[in-house]
Amino acid sequence: MPTNSLLTLVTFLPLAGAVLILFLLRDDNQTSIRNVRYVSLWATIFTFLLSLLVWSNFDPSNPGFQMVEKHSWLGNQINYHVGVDGISVLFVLLTTFLMPGCILASWAVKTRVKEYMIAFLVLETLMIGVFVSLDLLLFYLFFEGGLIPMFLIIGIWGGARRVYASFKFFLYTLLGSVLMLLAMMAMYWSAGTTDIPTLLAHKFPVELQTWLWLAFFASFAVKMPMWPVHTWLPDAHVEAPTAGSVVLAAILLKMGGYGFLRFSLPMFPVASDYFAPLVFGMSVIAIVYTSLVALMQEDMKKLIAYSSVAHMGFVTMGIFTGTVQGIEGGIFQMISHGFISGALFLCVGVVYDRMHTREIAAYGGLVNRMPIYAFTFMVFTLANVGLPGTSGFVGEFLTLAGAFKANTWVAAFATTGVILSAGYALWLYRKVVFGVLEKENLKTIADMNKREMAILAPLIVLTVFFGFYPAPIIDAMDASVTQLIDQYQASLAALESASQLAQAQ
Amino acid sequence: MTNLTPDLMVILPELVLAGGAMALLMLGVFRKEDSFDLVSSLSLMLLAIAGALVVFGGQTGETAFGGQFTNDTFARFMKAMTLFGSAVTVMMSVTFMKRRQIQRFEYPVLVVLATLGMCMMISAGDLVALYMGLELQSLALYVVAAFNRDSVRSSEAGLKYFVLGALSSGMLLYGASLVYGFSGATQFDAIASVVANGNAGLGLLFGIVFVVAGLAFKVSAVPFHMWTPDVYEGAPTPVTAFFAAAPKVAAMAIFTRVLIEAFPGVTKDWQQIIVFISIASMVLGAFAAIGQNNIKRLMAYSSIGHMGFALVGLAAGTAEGVRGVIIYMAIYMIMTLGTFACILAMRSKDEGQVEDISDLAGLARNDKLMAFVLAMLLFSLAGIPPLAGFFGKFFVFAAAIKEGLVALAVIGVLASVVGAYYYLRIIKIMYLDDPVQEFEQTPREIRLVMALSGIFVLAFALFARPIITAAEAAAASLF
Repeated sequence: MPTNSLLTLVTFLPLAGAVLILFLLRDDNQTSIRNVRYVSLWATIFTFLLSLLVWSNFDPSNPGFQMVEKHSWLGNQINYHVGVDGISVLFVLLTTFLMPGCILASWAVKTRVKEYMIAFLVLETLMIGVFVSLDLLLFYLFFEGGLIPMFLIIGIWGGARRVYASFKFFLYTLLGSVLMLLAMMAMYWSAGTTDIPTLLAHKFPVELQTWLWLAFFASFAVKMPMWPVHTWLPDAHVEAPTAGSVVLAAILLKMGGYGFLRFSLPMFPVASDYFAPLVFGMSVIAIVYTSLVALMQEDMKKLIAYSSVAHMGFVTMGIFTGTVQGIEGGIFQMISHGFISGALFLCVGVVYDRMHTREIAAYGGLVNRMPIYAFTFMVFTLANVGLPGTSGFVGEFLTLAGAFKANTWVAAFATTGVILSAGYALWLYRKVVFGVLEKENLKTIADMNKREMAILAPLIVLTVFFGFYPAPIIDAMDASVTQLIDQYQASLAALESASQLAQAQ
Repeated sequence: MTNLTPDLMVILPELVLAGGAMALLMLGVFRKEDSFDLVSSLSLMLLAIAGALVVFGGQTGETAFGGQFTNDTFARFMKAMTLFGSAVTVMMSVTFMKRRQIQRFEYPVLVVLATLGMCMMISAGDLVALYMGLELQSLALYVVAAFNRDSVRSSEAGLKYFVLGALSSGMLLYGASLVYGFSGATQFDAIASVVANGNAGLGLLFGIVFVVAGLAFKVSAVPFHMWTPDVYEGAPTPVTAFFAAAPKVAAMAIFTRVLIEAFPGVTKDWQQIIVFISIASMVLGAFAAIGQNNIKRLMAYSSIGHMGFALVGLAAGTAEGVRGVIIYMAIYMIMTLGTFACILAMRSKDEGQVEDISDLAGLARNDKLMAFVLAMLLFSLAGIPPLAGFFGKFFVFAAAIKEGLVALAVIGVLASVVGAYYYLRIIKIMYLDDPVQEFEQTPREIRLVMALSGIFVLAFALFARPIITAAEAAAASLF
């Protein structure tokens, strides 16, 4: 059955590309390097096309897992088990869609091109693997395995403080994840399996849920990243090469949110409900505090990195409201942030490739020389602010609506984040693009070339399209999200009635 | 007179090793010209024959000499690993010994004798047999540690190892005598039936503590680890590779067997000791390695930490735990052999053999394959999935979690994060720093070990199933 192994194909096709590069293109001459670039580009494009096949085979009315493939792997109920539901299919597509752009954006990389492309292709396999895994151990393998290529990408091709940034990224993330690993073992012994669909139906004891939730939270909160464990992100973003920043912001951060949706909420509903105020508090602090921090930045990438933390705050807030609007808004916000923040980093990359500085003060008046760039950057700046008509608005609006239902104060404070984001994003735009072009070295700067336009044009189209017509995304996830919420509410209600029963006796 | 043949059949691999080692010794002495190459290759064959007998000659019975010698699945699995580790180190030594001008034929013979000791030890079903195997192994190891006798550091390493090793053997003997005195038996199953009611009594507990101390010395677990860094640094590098691989496996095997087979009734008592030395080893291994600049010394602390992780499985005291220990030791041995193959390849064009971590600077540009393999081995030692080292950690920690040893597991994984730092530091030096020197062409056999260990850690997830199944069967034979 071809559809059965489709997901495996999508997952491992980039890896096959990496192996091809490793063994076939051994020379270091110009032709070979050009071939390396094209092989990686085609590998990612084919992966994207295959993932479109996944999309067309996907049945949005089915809330369960589809295109499931299962093989015996380690024995003892640990299997190779993959599949997608309405939530994960979106992230798979997001990943495969962005990767060709990342490869294209790396066309200017000159040092150790072969290793660079291999690292990115391996990373793509690991990222897709995270979203399709239906087994805890398999999930962890992909989730943590991503650290290795990312560590090398930041460490080898990064900026001046790349060593510090790569170590911080690696150790921070690892520290969070090992606790999750222990929780996974506890789940294995409690439920007797690492199969995610089985675990979703398993009712964990309430006391155990608290600990498991905290352990998973340690991992996903770092990955997300949530305040106060977000400090690795600005460093990693600033030092990573452009494509590294794009992958980090657009996809790797989403693993945290995906983890909350796949594990924390459905498997530990009681603990999720119990800790929701904590998450709300941390999210609101993240939204307000990191927005204020973003206002003070002098480095373009750092500003966008802090704005990412703020936007992820909306996601965590939305997810833990446990409402349809909150969760669907959170997912939508993640997808849309994938386009927008990825595009913003690409925009920074465009001028960085020309001027080799990310300092805001080094720019100004770019609109005079680069009108196309000015337009592109404006679209994404406004989308980042959450202007109606862009995809940024839909996610923010839905999460705020969900939060309003759950807790008015949370929604009220979070809304100030929208205003603050307008503050820093427009300030950045004015400083870089508007004004008089007076810096000598900027007077010869060239506008975006065809390659850069080819990367950014699809992102503009999608950002505006989903801003006006979010239905394709919402429809795809609706059945799965509804099922998730029904089960979540049902287990909370069951606990409620159980405690009432205990009181009555 | 009783018929000895069935018993002799059980110990056939050991007989082959013993007879072969003596024959090789004679050959070396009576052959006039330099016989290092010949004796080395014959030793390799000897180890291979013994290995084949262990793996394929399983139908000869489980025990021999009235239970003093056990040849169960566990013993066969561990022996196969030990023999494999010894063979690989003999193979890796050849070029090095010649370059150092210490190519004496006694070396491979001593390795074979040490391996014989290890096999005896793994199969011991009795405290006396255990001591016999342990001493045979140790005496051979003392000599090979000081094998480069013109080097002060090597002699120092040998002497230090001997003095401390003798002390630990003394402790083990004292413990064994206490156990005998208070239980009236030296055979493991007889001791087990005495403590079966779960009450050991103070004297027997003292005995257990001393036995554990003696064995902890052999696996270099904290607080009996002091010899490790000095011996690792001082001994010739192939000898260090040997120390880090096969004897560790054998010592861990007998450690497991003694505690599980002789003291199953008092698990709760010895569990506390194991939990303590496990935590101490993991934490010390992680923190002490950070400041090291000599890669052999760093590997010494790394091995201390790894023994701590393996002991996590033993601390669980269950079949799952023992399975974890077996898988951990198998993976650890291959990773260690691969890493030492890389260390042996660190031969600078100007300065000869080098051992500083900074000598690896920029290796990723000079020798892509070696840098890649070493990086993967280090990531694997750090326990990052999907590499082999992760699975080792997974199984021991899973066993500990099942037994409710949550504090041990949490401290363990946190120590592994600290440990990741120093592995990352080496990777950083190889991949991120600028090259300072080029290494000489690596001998083919070392290249082979490197490549195979690289493939093993990378592809472990694909073929883990048979190893896990075999480890499960081996663990089950102890219970």
